[in-house]
Amino acid sequence: MDNVRETVLEILSDLTGSDEIKANPDINLFETGLLDSMGTVQLLLELQAQLDVDAPVSEFDRTEWATPNKVVAKVESMQ
Amino acid sequence: MINLQPYENPMYFGYLLIGLLPIIIGMLYEKRFRWYETLFSFCFLVLIFDGPKLGQGIALIGYTIFEVLLTWGYVRYRTRPKGANKTSIFVLAVILSIAPLVVVKFTPLFDPQHPSIFGFLGISYLTFKVVGMIMETRDGMIKEFNILKFLQFLLFFPTISSGPIDRYRRFIKDYDRVPTKEKYLELLEKGVHYVMIGFLYKFILGYFFGTLLLPNIEKIALINGHSNVLGLSWSLVGVMYAYSMYLFFDFAGYSLFAVGISYIMGIQTPINFNKPFASWNIKEFWNRWHMTLSFWFRDYIYMRFVFFMIKHKVLKSRIAIANLGYVVLFLIMGIWHGETWYYIVYGLFHATVMILTDAWLRFKKKHPDLLPSNRFTKVMSVVLTFHVVCFSFLIFSGFLDKLWFGFR
Repeated sequence: MDNVRETVLEILSDLTGSDEIKANPDINLFETGLLDSMGTVQLLLELQAQLDVDAPVSEFDRTEWATPNKVVAKVESMQ
Repeated sequence: MINLQPYENPMYFGYLLIGLLPIIIGMLYEKRFRWYETLFSFCFLVLIFDGPKLGQGIALIGYTIFEVLLTWGYVRYRTRPKGANKTSIFVLAVILSIAPLVVVKFTPLFDPQHPSIFGFLGISYLTFKVVGMIMETRDGMIKEFNILKFLQFLLFFPTISSGPIDRYRRFIKDYDRVPTKEKYLELLEKGVHYVMIGFLYKFILGYFFGTLLLPNIEKIALINGHSNVLGLSWSLVGVMYAYSMYLFFDFAGYSLFAVGISYIMGIQTPINFNKPFASWNIKEFWNRWHMTLSFWFRDYIYMRFVFFMIKHKVLKSRIAIANLGYVVLFLIMGIWHGETWYYIVYGLFHATVMILTDAWLRFKKKHPDLLPSNRFTKVMSVVLTFHVVCFSFLIFSGFLDKLWFGFR
């Protein structure tokens, strides 16, 4: 489980280019502008490639994926 | 026969109130009278599409039958035991679902005098809903087709003429549920509040800017415009502000009625406007302006386009893909508004501003010490965004067409 968490946080840090992700995993990715639609699509593709989690665009609801912690929870629930 | 335009006159609200009473009373006893809700919706559809609008009513019936068959067929195809999911069938389903809208939208190009006989009030918004359903069926998120629920969703009359655009899975969650009395009282209070704000926006502020102010400033701007080639004058700036305010208050007011009436019926239709003029950049603006439409374009066009381009490695540069995505999105949005030069320029203008904003954000990330982030810079960015948006609405208004080419 910890492995998933680490991978997700790593992907998010790479995509946003921000240290905030690991320092503050409850930060709102969309309200802060860290992640936009382009970033979201890249996130979904990375999840597919690295963790074999198949999340279609329809699955993506910004409120459910709003923070790094929520993304981790979502990915864990889909594995 | 009485024919009513949705939310346009006091009579419509009077009938609404009478029709809503049994629903409100039922909900207070934690009951939904499904047959009454259906009858109520049906009566209002008749009121909107009868008499002089009968042609539109018949078009609506034909359209509904077509989309029912199409969606039913596609859901059936996708839920076959062998798990069929061909891209060609999906593309065909999407093309067929938008075909009626495309015909209606392009008829004026060939025959400007007569609107298409297939057209009716709200065809765009119904089409958006159906296309959303087909995409979610493709993604495996919608797994069954229930004709009654589909009709309730598609023809939900509070939002039929101009949205907000709801999503099937969200709508059905509300429709299937009967809220507790406490929860319903909360919805009722919010609903009534939204309708009241809607009155203020549409019938007072929208009326003031659109009916009292705008035509007068337009007249002055047309006269003053004669003094130079581009027709520039200070009154043109006035037209820009007055039109922008009118557009916001009129449409936000209408949307509040639709959302408010939905809430009173126990359906939490998503809101359409969230203080758009307080946005600090254009990306934020599109998260706050006509939200259900911009989210629809974001989720069903932009994100899918970008997903496809990256996955199939059509272009290497992510920046180029994002920028191309903006052009595709806003060009389609512009053409959807109508095939005139000013709607298309409006779309391209917004695509350009989005691209420049992304470039600016990247630049700022690389040079974090360039500008301080304080109250002053924040206010300046809101003021700048507001003016960029108002300028785009001046293009959108078509007034420049009148000003520049009106003499023809």
